[in-house]
Amino acid sequence: MRGVLKLAAKILITVLLGGFLGATLVRLAPGFGVDEEELDPRLNQQSIVALRQAHAPESNLMVLYFHYLDRLLHGDLGISRTLQRPVRQLLVERFPETMKGVGLGLALGWTLGLGLAVATVMSRAWYLDLSAGILAGLLLCLPAAVLALLFVLAQAPARLILGLIVFPKVFRYSRNLLARSSALPHVLMARAKGLGNLRVLVWHILPTAAPQLLALAGVSVSVAFTAAIPVEALCDLPGIGQLAWKAALGRDVALLINLTMIVTLVTLVANSASDLMGNRFRRAEA
Amino acid sequence: MKWARIMAIAFLLVVSAASLLANFVAPASYAHQFRDVPDAAPSRQHLLGTDDLGRDRFSRVLYGTRVSLLLAPAAALLASVLAALVGGIAGFVGGWVERCVMAATDLFLSLPWLFLLITVRALLPLNVSPVTSVVITFALLGCLGWAGAARVVCADARALSQSDFVLLARASGSAGIRLLWHHLVPNLKPVLYAQFWISVPVFMIAEANLGILGLGVAEPLPSWGSLLRELESFSTISGQPWQFVPLILLIVVVSSFHLVLTQEELPV
Amino acid sequence: MRQRWVRIVLLILAVLSTGIALAQSGGELRFCLRSDPKTFNPLLMADDASETVRYLTGGVLMRLNRLTQEAEPELATSWKVSDGGKTITLKLRDGVRFSDGTPLSSDDVAYTVQQLMDPALHSPTGDAFRSGEGRVITRVLGKNRITITFPAPIAGLDKLFDQVAIMSAKSPQKEMAVLGPYYVAENKAGAYLILKRNPNYWKHDSSGRQLPYIDSVRLEIQQNRDIETLRLERGEIDFINSIDAEYYDKVMAQNPAMAHDAGISLDAEFMWFNQVPTSPLPAYKKAWFTSTNFRRAISEAINREDLVRIAFRGRAHPAAGPVSPGNKFWFNSKLQPHPFDQKSALQRLAQDGFHLQDGVLHDRDGHMVEFSIVTNAGNKYRERMATMIQQDLSGIGIKLNVVTLDFPSLIERMTRTFDYEACLLGLVNTDLDPNSQMNVWLSSSDNHQWNPSQKTPATAWEAEIDKLMRAQASALDAKQRKQYFDQVQEIAWEQEPFIYLVNKDALSAVSPSVRNVHPVVLRPQVYWNIDELSLGSEVARNK
Repeated sequence: MRGVLKLAAKILITVLLGGFLGATLVRLAPGFGVDEEELDPRLNQQSIVALRQAHAPESNLMVLYFHYLDRLLHGDLGISRTLQRPVRQLLVERFPETMKGVGLGLALGWTLGLGLAVATVMSRAWYLDLSAGILAGLLLCLPAAVLALLFVLAQAPARLILGLIVFPKVFRYSRNLLARSSALPHVLMARAKGLGNLRVLVWHILPTAAPQLLALAGVSVSVAFTAAIPVEALCDLPGIGQLAWKAALGRDVALLINLTMIVTLVTLVANSASDLMGNRFRRAEA
Repeated sequence: MKWARIMAIAFLLVVSAASLLANFVAPASYAHQFRDVPDAAPSRQHLLGTDDLGRDRFSRVLYGTRVSLLLAPAAALLASVLAALVGGIAGFVGGWVERCVMAATDLFLSLPWLFLLITVRALLPLNVSPVTSVVITFALLGCLGWAGAARVVCADARALSQSDFVLLARASGSAGIRLLWHHLVPNLKPVLYAQFWISVPVFMIAEANLGILGLGVAEPLPSWGSLLRELESFSTISGQPWQFVPLILLIVVVSSFHLVLTQEELPV
Repeated sequence: MRQRWVRIVLLILAVLSTGIALAQSGGELRFCLRSDPKTFNPLLMADDASETVRYLTGGVLMRLNRLTQEAEPELATSWKVSDGGKTITLKLRDGVRFSDGTPLSSDDVAYTVQQLMDPALHSPTGDAFRSGEGRVITRVLGKNRITITFPAPIAGLDKLFDQVAIMSAKSPQKEMAVLGPYYVAENKAGAYLILKRNPNYWKHDSSGRQLPYIDSVRLEIQQNRDIETLRLERGEIDFINSIDAEYYDKVMAQNPAMAHDAGISLDAEFMWFNQVPTSPLPAYKKAWFTSTNFRRAISEAINREDLVRIAFRGRAHPAAGPVSPGNKFWFNSKLQPHPFDQKSALQRLAQDGFHLQDGVLHDRDGHMVEFSIVTNAGNKYRERMATMIQQDLSGIGIKLNVVTLDFPSLIERMTRTFDYEACLLGLVNTDLDPNSQMNVWLSSSDNHQWNPSQKTPATAWEAEIDKLMRAQASALDAKQRKQYFDQVQEIAWEQEPFIYLVNKDALSAVSPSVRNVHPVVLRPQVYWNIDELSLGSEVARNK
């Protein structure tokens, strides 16, 4: 129980720190507090002055951040300057889209990755291993942006990209893991006793590999989530990633603080979960 | 598998040689605009055709390969060294140091570093040569790219420092730097190699993506990144398959890198 | 002149007759917006997406006919400008109701104008009406008559009302109650907007049928232009308002009926040198940039024909000055684009003491001539132009460094730090009247880019431009105004504070299923006659 509390405290502090550092980076970047509208030739002097003054409250970083925290305690996430809408509303609208993409990507990546890994390990066919290995290698060396481009070119649904990003990582790791488990003495023994492939897999191989597979699940969530940003921005999917891209281009502090916090939170939770399970596994092993 | 590795090594050697000798191999300057033949199809004069401004694409691919093939590994090396330092020490020392470092890496992974890159561009003088700006870009990428690898290295270092042979080494009086250098580093090598090769293509593409923000290679210098940007206007390129040459080259080169590594060294 | 009118009348007749012949109700028109509209308040709209929504939903007192470039009655059946251009008296159409059923009265017009001119609102549309200090006075003369008096005369007053969508003073729906052909029925942020036909829209066709013909408009939010073109090819959208030259060529090759080139547009691409005296540039560079000879030489060393042919695939024209030939009335036809002439450029430079030394240009004090040009990253055309100019200038021994920056960083340099040497940008002209460029030309203005916010004009020619711009704004006779503004264009051509490069063509792609389409150069190019557009029968589109 104490461990969980400690972990929660650690996550909270890191997330708040993440928000603060994110805000600092935005504040110090050139082009902060500059509006494209200033170039509108119709605007007269007073209107331009007013436009510039609209940013005055944001210019002091500490004030900006504490105002934000104060509002956060009251459940208000602030208002996005570039999109002129409450951040909360934006997140509520966009989050399901990203979650759909991430969920689908994880499902696809895991089905493909684990499926192929199981198939190669159980069949022990070298050609299957080689071809799956090459496919995974190829996908591993194609970064998200290029994949997104190829998908748009091929007119394929963009949401599947996340699946192809998750797949090689799941495949490589779980293949090695399963291969190692299947070489354990008790598995060999079970095989020697004449147990069927499926039985060996379900009763003997998977249970030994389960904790590490769970840890991998945690990591894959954070992989899929971070890959969602470039993919959504490139493929024009109305999710969090696209929002982040727009916020970055518009130096939208309110939006960026929240988005940095969300990304930090997801990364932290995923990594902590994998660490926790890894530890438990190690303890169980010992 | 052996022949595949030999092929891969041979291919990498040929590509590196061609790009390093670009000054002699390339039929034209990478910057010269043949304004009478923009967007030309491959011909005897222009082996891969010309780009939208009439520059010889084959020459640009050669010079671009040089930029990317030299600088992306350099950045990857920088990132791997940083990852080894941070991750290795954290994993080796363990305890609260490890926890703090790992929390910091998590934080590092989540921050919008884009703004740092934009800020650095703003701090540079406007009249810098394209070569300087691309070197700085890659150096920055290297400085920012260590966090993911550090996690992996840390986990490995922790496992190593608890392994039997390290305990044995400790028992026989080996400690501190000596232990680190003689027992841990050699065993961390496979992970570091793997992290290195994986980050090479990532840096190449990162540079391409930065080009969109004006932080990549400045005109007229080519890089794989700027060559790949041609593919962005995909609605009009379908009729010109030779524009995909840089992409295919990237895939083949990176796959060759993967082949050169043995299978087992590739981590998650 | 006469012939032109005949052509226009014939065209209008053709538009109307085909409209009647093919008019069919129903269907959904679909096209893309680049981003979410920032606001639905018609008075605050400044971004492209919001302006699209305003055009489709807002009812205006008079509409600038995008084809003839003349003002035509809409909600106001007639109007009279008096009092030397200060006052306008309007008579409103009878029996008009907002989309929610609230009747339109002159109170609504008074309310809209008062809101618009509220200095605290900082409406860009409102600023266009602000010619002098003081309050605007609205006098309601009856249910359908109103007089609006501005503190100072406004040249071209009536056409400015094209941008003012009338809002309801009483409707509980506030700005969502509209008078235009459509109203906003659904808004899924980041994804799409659905506009439904306004059941109370006042306009009818000649056979007495209520307009518009098309039932609803679906606006998809799509930032990526390439995806937009793919969607057009797949038939998921019906048109793209403005396409680039490569894509135009592709459409032309595949389906010429879809490609439309409305001719030379109002938009200009240009570059300028930083002439701000307080900028952090070294003194010798400031001396180069403030020299007319230097600017003229650079201008002559740029091959505009090549820019047009290569960067724009021939779908543009070399530009001569601030007004594009697409602006029929205000263009000064005496001006020709500066020709490409390296010899003359070098002669001009020699007059200022510049000389070539081993193929590299040096100034009088021996400084090598090298400077940078900044432009916004991600704009294919500007990046291409900059790279071509780089090669052109190397022909006279100048080293040009191309620097692409993201937009906020670029604007910061242009308007705050003045830390740049030359800048390549474009101007989107939505308005024909030179008054809309007032803040660009007045030396005291913040938008006087090469040297903004001057206390007193830095040069004699800037003082002259100030004088002429003020004179044209207060003159009421259009011919007189044109004379003044012609002179401004001539000075700009002579001094080249902005080096005008090209005017792009207005290119669009429209699916053959959309009928009555007649793209024009003025925004919104394709759907300016949205009322009369209809969807062809083969595309009764299995919904």
